[in-house]
Parts: sequence; C-alpha cells; structure tokens
Amino acid sequence: MAEIVIKGVAKSFGAFQALHSIDLAVADREFMVLLGPSGCGKTTLLRIVAGLETPSAGEVWIGGRRVDRLPPRERGIAMVFQNYAVFPHLTVFENIAFGLRMQRLPRETIRERVRRTAALMHIEQLLDRYSGQLSGGQRQRVAVARALAMEPDVILMDEPLSNLDALLRLEMRAELKGVLEASETTTVYVTHDQVEAMSLADRIAVMNEGRIVQVSTPVDIYRNPAARFVGSFIGNPPMNFITASRAGPGEWDVAGLRLTGPEAGERLEFAVRPEDLEVGPGGFQAAVRVVEPLGPHTLVTAEVGGRLFRAVLDSDLAVGPGDELSLLPKADRVRWFDAETGEAV
Amino acid sequence: MRRSGARRAAGARNDAPRAVVGSGPAGRFLFGASVVLLCVWVLVPIYLLLVNALSSPQEVTGFPKRFVPSFDFGSIRFFASFAGVAQALWNSIAVAALTMVMSLGLGAPAGYALSRFEFPGKEWFRMIVVMTRAFPLPLLALPLAIFFIRTGLDDTALGLAVVHTVLAIPFATLITFSLFSGVPLELEEAAWTLGCTRWQAFRKVVLPLVLPGIAASAVFAFIVSWNEVFAAAVLTVQNRTLPAFLVQSLNVSPLHLKFAGGAALVVPALVFIFAVRRYLFAMWGIASR
Amino acid sequence: MRAKALPYLLVLPATLFLLVFFVYPALQIGVLAVSGPEGLTLRHLQTMAGHWKFGPALRWTLLLAAVVVPVQLALALGMASIVDRLKAGRDTVLYVFAIPLGLSDLAAGIIWLAIFEQSGFLNSVLLHLGVIERPVLFLGYQNVWVIFLAVVLAEVWRATAIVMVILVSGMGLIPKEYDEAGQVFGASAWQRFTRITLPLLRPSLQSALILRTLNAFEVFAVVIALGGTTLPVLMGETYQWQFMLRDRNVAAAYALVILGISVASTLFYLRALRVPRGATL
Repeated sequence: MAEIVIKGVAKSFGAFQALHSIDLAVADREFMVLLGPSGCGKTTLLRIVAGLETPSAGEVWIGGRRVDRLPPRERGIAMVFQNYAVFPHLTVFENIAFGLRMQRLPRETIRERVRRTAALMHIEQLLDRYSGQLSGGQRQRVAVARALAMEPDVILMDEPLSNLDALLRLEMRAELKGVLEASETTTVYVTHDQVEAMSLADRIAVMNEGRIVQVSTPVDIYRNPAARFVGSFIGNPPMNFITASRAGPGEWDVAGLRLTGPEAGERLEFAVRPEDLEVGPGGFQAAVRVVEPLGPHTLVTAEVGGRLFRAVLDSDLAVGPGDELSLLPKADRVRWFDAETGEAV
Repeated sequence: MRRSGARRAAGARNDAPRAVVGSGPAGRFLFGASVVLLCVWVLVPIYLLLVNALSSPQEVTGFPKRFVPSFDFGSIRFFASFAGVAQALWNSIAVAALTMVMSLGLGAPAGYALSRFEFPGKEWFRMIVVMTRAFPLPLLALPLAIFFIRTGLDDTALGLAVVHTVLAIPFATLITFSLFSGVPLELEEAAWTLGCTRWQAFRKVVLPLVLPGIAASAVFAFIVSWNEVFAAAVLTVQNRTLPAFLVQSLNVSPLHLKFAGGAALVVPALVFIFAVRRYLFAMWGIASR
Repeated sequence: MRAKALPYLLVLPATLFLLVFFVYPALQIGVLAVSGPEGLTLRHLQTMAGHWKFGPALRWTLLLAAVVVPVQLALALGMASIVDRLKAGRDTVLYVFAIPLGLSDLAAGIIWLAIFEQSGFLNSVLLHLGVIERPVLFLGYQNVWVIFLAVVLAEVWRATAIVMVILVSGMGLIPKEYDEAGQVFGASAWQRFTRITLPLLRPSLQSALILRTLNAFEVFAVVIALGGTTLPVLMGETYQWQFMLRDRNVAAAYALVILGISVASTLFYLRALRVPRGATL
C-alpha cells in the first residue's frame, strides 16, 4: 500500500516562500499530476516527497510511514529526473542495475529484472551502450527503466518529457501511460504542460504561487475550474473572461447581454471557453478581427465589449475580418468567478 | 573569419603589430611563418640544453659548440655520481609527492564544498584562496623557517612540502571546484534515490567522472613543487631538493654539472606536461580566474 | 539530504591549514621586519636601506618587471591570437607554446646559460657566421646590462606561456559573433582587435598582468644562474640576508619591500583595468 499523504508542508528558501502549507493525498496506485506554471512550487513539492529537500514545516507520509525525516533511499521511492541523470560512465545495463546492486539483490534477479524492464521500454538492444551514444529519447527511456526496475512503492517524475521534441513527446506520453498503468505504481508526475496533465492523470493538482488551487479529475478541472487561474491556465486556446455588472438579483449585464447568473456576489467575472461559443441569435455582438482556419476548426478572434474573445467555430463557416457576428455561449458551460478573489461562484 | 594575425616573434622587443593580413597567399605565408618561428623559439633552447647534457664534460666546456649531441653520457654520469645529487633527486621526489597528496587531500574536499553548497563564510574562504595568488608565497619560507626550527620540521621534506602545499592549494581547490561543478547535482541525487548514501554516491558516481581531472591536478601540484626554488633554497640544508642543490652550488659547480642538473629539472617536467596536456588549459585558465 | 555541518567539515582542513601556514606567517613577516630584542624598531629597515646593494636591487627588479611584462603581454597576445585563428594542428601548436609552463625559472636560467655562456651556443653561432673571432664574455661582471638582457630573454621565453594560456582561455569565452558584427560594421582586423577583442579581454588581462607582475618581482634563480651575484635583485638579496648573512630580520625587511610593490601594482591593475558594472560578457 503506497498512498502518499502530505500534511501542512511548507518550504521557504531564505526570504522566499516556495510552498505555503500544502495538504494533498495521493491514493495507492493513483497517477497524480502536479500542474502549474514555472515557479509555482510543483518541483519543490516533488523533491520534498522524494527527500531531496527538507520541508520547513509539515509532514510527509508514504505507505503509512512518516518519511519527512528520512533520506531518499529509505522512502521506497524511485525518481525520473528532468535531464534524465543517466550515469555517463556506466552502460545502460549498469545504469538500470544500479539501484538493484545497491540493494544487493542476487545477480540472476538483477539480470532478469534489467532485461524485463529494458524490454518494457524497448531498449533491449541498447544495453551495452553508454549514455553518450544515446539520443535524448533513448536516455529518457533508460531513466524510466532504471526507476521501474526498482519496483518502488512510489514513482516520482519531474517533467520527464519536457526536453524532448514535440513528436517524441507525443509518442513517449502514450508509452509512459501504458507502462505506468500496467505497473500499478503510485505515481506523482510534475509538468507545466496541461495537455500532458490532462492526458496522463487520474487526478490533477493545479498549483500556483506555492499553493494548491484545485485537485480533481482532468475533466472536472476542465469543466469546473475552481478559480479563475485554473480556468485560464488550462485549455488552449484559453478561456474568455469579461467583467460583469450586476443588473438585479441573479441578473448580470455582460457586454450588453443580459444573462442569468449567481444570486450573490458584488463584482463577478463571466467566463466561457472558446469551444462553447456558437454563432446564433441573441448572443454577444462580436466584431471579427482575426480569422485563423486551423483545419479541423476555425479560430476566430473578435472584439466583444471592448475585450478580445476567441471562439472555436465550424470550419465551414464563411467569415472574414470586419464581419459582425452574434456569439451565443452555451448556457451550461458558462462559469462565474469572483472578480476580487478569483474563486468560482 | 580573420583577425590581426602575425605579430613579430622570436624575442624581438620591437612588437609593432603588422597591418591587416588578409587570407591571401602572402597573409597565409606570414601566418604560417610566424607559427613556425614561435615554435622554434620555444623548442630550440630546450634542445640546446639537452645537447649539452648529452655531451661529454670536455665538449660542454669546449668551444665552439656543436649543435648535435654526441650522446656521450659522461656529463650525466658525472652528475649522477656527484655527491649529494642522488639525495637531492630523492628529496625532490619526496617533497613533490607529499605536496601532491596534501594539496589534493585538503583542496579536493574544499572544492567539492564550494561547488555544491551555499554557506555563510563561503566568500571568506574564497577570498583567502584568492589572496594566496596575490602574495609572493616563497617569502613565507622566512617566518616559517623559525617555526619549523621550533617544531623540528626544519630541513625536512615535510616542512618544505608544507610551504609547497600552500602554493598548490589554490590550484587544487579551484581546479577541483571546477571539476565538481561540471558534474550535475542531478547525478548525485539520482544515486541517492537509487539507494546510495552521500559518500556512496560520491564514490560511485562523482569520483569516476572527475578522476582524470584530479589526476591531472595531482601532476600539476607535483610539478609546482618540483620546480620551486626559493623556499627550497631557504629551508633545506642537508636534505636539499634538486633546485636548492643547484642554486646553492651554482657558484662553484662545473658547467657540465649545471647542464646535466638543468636537464634533470627539465625532462620530468616535460614528460608530465605532455601527460596532462589536455587539461593544461582548463587548469591554468580556471586557476587564474 | 542536506547535512548542515558537512560543508564546514569539508572546508575546515584547508582553512585551518591556510590560516596556520599562510595568514599567520604572512603577518609574521611584517612582525619580523620591525621587531628586535628591544621591541618595535626600524633598525632592520634602516640596515636594509643603507646597504649599498639595496638601491640597485630595487631598481633592477623594477626595471626588469617594467621591461619584461609589456613584452610578454604583447608576445602572448600575438601567440593567443595565432592559436585562436588556427584550425589544423591547433592542439600541437598549443602544446608547444605551453611547454615552458612546466619549467622553473632556474631551469630557464640554466637553459639560457647554455646559450650565453662564454663557450656557449651564441658564441658558436657568431663564430661560424664570422662575426667574431674569439668567444665574447657576455656574462662577465663588467657587463651588467648584458646579463640584464639575458635575464629578460630567459624570462620572456619562459613565462610568456603563462600569460598566453590565460589569454587563450579568455579569448575562448568571447563569442565569435562580436567579431563578426565588427566585420559587418566595417572595422578592419586591427580595429576589431583593439576595439572589440581587447576590451572584452579585460578580466583575463587583469588576471594575467597581476600574476605576471608579481612573479616578475620574485625573480630569483634565473638571475643567479645567469649572473651569479652581479645583478642584484630584491629576492636575491632576501636570500642573501636570510641564508648567507643569517640576518632574518633584514631579510624580512626585504620581503616587506617586495610585498609593498606587489600590493601597489595589484591595486594599480585592479583600478586601471576595472570593468564597469554590467559591461562584462
């Protein structure tokens, strides 16, 4: 049983507070993704779980044991680093076997496990090579194989795909997902790429400025962002926001359109995703500025109430810059956020 | 891409630089000629010393000189059997070896600490190390001579090695600092997650990667000690090193002794420099920042 | 995994060693120079200054440095530029140029002794060329200036390599784009060298000059090898007083003088070759 419990973990580097009291629970065998922009603290949190940083406050529990005072090698974890950290002076075989040798496993066990993991990552033919003779993608596979060979309770991954080119990233993402699901190991995965997060995670913990903003399943995060930040960070093209002014109880004036909204609240922000806007009567008055035919759909940027809105429209639509459109938001996809706190209402 | 190339070489003190030489044949010839000239300028004097060393004593004092060695080992034999030379050679080796061990033993851990940690006092330490470069270190032999007499280290290999170690520590520290900085911390961290203690990670991952560089800086420390003259001359009487021996006997020693002695100074240094030539630039470049 | 005490433990041995065998003795030199059985005294400094060899030693040392350092700088700049420009055979040439790095000044002195000495190679060449009929005594005690010249040659030959290595490393740090930009903007090779490369080399130049000047003040064995005691220099006098005349205090006084000019020139270089904030690579 390898569930992870993070209680009240905080971390400061000198005067800089990297993490403010984080609470998070990762269930056994769950794939948890820590997602956020650079500097949000996700890597710091991962390193604290790994034991490479000590928390300034709080506790970390793995598999029912309190580990925050233990060194990495006593925590039952294995880690894949962003730059792979494949030992240059050892062959691929020796790299994968490294942790197993440290555990003093019998030679046969080591050999068998190395071959099995190498086969899993499709690198059996590279076992005699040195890292200098490998491509970035191959080195990445070695790093993953090395971690998997340990058969750890928990696997931690620090942006393992971010140094690969786009095409390779796509391939590896699918492969990783398959391999990790099959291994049934609790995984904590750090990334700033929201597509990666959405594709791999059982649950995503969205982080910003040292705090966890929302923890939920990918679809839930996408559909029901708990804060303006989550809404704007996830989704490409990003969510549209515009301030709304109160026109009565439950009634809000948004760029000239009267919409039903929350009862409470003083100043709110109206938000809708580009793909939830349709061309139809009774919608926002939109003056088209830029039209980008992207193939599967057309991305239209239009001015709505002084702001620029993006809408993902049907590719058959004939529209050009300067046209006037009426963009109707899908009622059940509309979201409201408090203009001050950014929280969902 | 061409830059102002040929400067007049070969010891000329008139160093007015030439005007631009382009990539035309005349320019290339001048460039090539100056390269050859400079190489000759470096190599010929060493060659001449070796000619002398490999000539009989009569040829050394004779005139005019021939430019080809006669491969007579008379001078070398005279040198080797001269009273005190064998001990001097042995002492030089002993002092240099001690210097090598001490400077690396003290400097390498410090270099590692500087490369991996931020700690208060780091800048102070760096400053002391840098100060040693700006100080005429051989002068330390003067006060240390008294100290050594009191502690019984006077005229010993260990005592001189201490002074030489002060000379060599800045190099050892700065070079190992640069070596360790070249090993990403991630590699050690990976080792920690794979079951290593700090020391195991260092031994199994960092050390193999820096070993060639450490060997090179060990050789470097050896040469620094081997070549040092002033402190050796001041601090040793009975247990003289080779440079001290030569300096103290320069007034009275016959020519062939001087040249054979010079060759004994030069040849090991040449061999060592050749062995570490790949690291020469990295080391000197680093150590002089 | 940060053991708080670890960095200090690692640095401690070296720090202690340097404190005991560098900082303390360095201060001791000053103490030695001004103390005697009667307490603080200027007696030793007066003895030193009053000695007939002091003035010449100081003058010769300064003159030597003043001549040798600029020559080495120019030569090293040239060698560094050549190396920078070389493609084929760069490593071999670099190795050859760097050979003198491994030699002590005593070895250099002996090497040039073989050339300048009365039955030496210079005389042999001159005889073969018919310039002279009998060997000339170059290094006799009457020809102090010739000895000076020989020392200059030996020092230039030996220690230019050190300056060159520092400059080559410095040049290696300068991205080629700057020189290319200079070309695009119409600068000649010489202009690019003086206006782009040299200014960007300032930190290396500063390093190299400080190092070399300090070493120049320390000339010792090469002078003895070539001229015995004919050409007095500060370091040689220090040795004389310490070892031959057995007067530690006067030797320390000389050491103070050497220290003084070293510090003065270091400060000078630090000021003169100061790089304005933000103007670095």
